[in-house]
Amino acid sequence: MPRAVFALAFVLLASLAHAIDPLPFANEAEERRFQALAQELRCLVCQNQNIADSDAGLAKDLRKEVFEMMRAGKSDDEIKQFLTERYGDFVLYRPPFKASTFVLWVGPLLILVAGFAIARGMMLRGGPHPDLPGPIDDKVDR
Amino acid sequence: MRYLIPLLLFLGLGVLLYAGLGKDTRRVPSPLIDKPAATFDLPELRNPAQRVVSKQFAGKPWLLNVWGSWCVACQEEHPVLLDYAKSKQIPLVGLNWKDDDATALRWLATLGDPYDAVAVDAEGRVAIDFGVYGAPETFLIDANGVIRFKQIGPLTPEVIASEITPRLAAMGVQ
Repeated sequence: MPRAVFALAFVLLASLAHAIDPLPFANEAEERRFQALAQELRCLVCQNQNIADSDAGLAKDLRKEVFEMMRAGKSDDEIKQFLTERYGDFVLYRPPFKASTFVLWVGPLLILVAGFAIARGMMLRGGPHPDLPGPIDDKVDR
Repeated sequence: MRYLIPLLLFLGLGVLLYAGLGKDTRRVPSPLIDKPAATFDLPELRNPAQRVVSKQFAGKPWLLNVWGSWCVACQEEHPVLLDYAKSKQIPLVGLNWKDDDATALRWLATLGDPYDAVAVDAEGRVAIDFGVYGAPETFLIDANGVIRFKQIGPLTPEVIASEITPRLAAMGVQ
C-alpha cells in the first residue's frame, strides 16, 4: 500500500515537471537540459513565473526558441546571452554578478554583517539593563 | 545618540520602500536602446504577395508599432496612431504580432488603418528579436537603423510630444 501511494506521488510530481507544450526531445538528457534552462529564464509577461511554467504565448515562443537553439548546438551560455541581449538581465532568474547588480548580491550580506556588529556593540557596551535584576548571587543557596 | 542609529536605519528603509512604491515593475528597460534594430523580411498583411523588408526604411527615421487585434491596449492606442499618421512625419510600420490575418484585416477595416506598411509576424520570431514582451510596444528607429526609443504600452499624445518629437527634431525631422 505505501508503495502505491509513493508511486502515485511520483506520477503527480512528474506531471508537474513537464512543460506545457510537448517538444520533440531526442532523449532524456536533452529534455533535462531544456528543463533546467527553462527554469532559469523568467517569463516577462507573468514575471513571477519562469518560462517552463508559464502558459503565456511569449513563454511558449521562447521555449520553442530555446529548444531550437539547443538543437542548433548552442551552449547554455550562448542561449542565455541571446535572451539577455534582447530582454536584459531581468530575463535571468539568477542575475550575473557585475557592477550594476553589486548591491543586489552583496547588500543582504552587508546588512547581516552590520546587524551582527550593532548587536555585538550593544551587548558589549550596555552591560545589564538597570531595570533588570542583577546577576544571581549563587552563594546564597549553597 | 542611543536612538539615532535605529532611527536612521528606519528612515533609510522608509526611503527605499517609498521609492519602490510608484514604480511600475512591468516596465522592463530594454537593453536594445542605442543598438541596431533587428532586420526582418515578412509578408505584408494587406497584400501577402508583397514583402515588408526592414531595409526599405533605411536612410530616414521610422516607427515600428507592435500590435495585435487580440490586444486591448492597442485598441486604446489606435486613435493616437491614426492621428499621428495624418502628420506624415515619418513612416509608421506595424508589426502584427501573433495574430490571425483575417481578424487583423477586419480590425484595420473597422478602426481605420494608420500604417504605411504592416509586417505579419505570425510566429513571433521578429518580436523576440526586438525584445517585445507585450503589446503595444513602439520603437523609434533612426536613419542608421539604430533603436533610439522604446515605448512600452500605448503611445499617447504626451509621449509623442515629450519623447518622439524632440528626438526627431534632433535628427532633423520637423
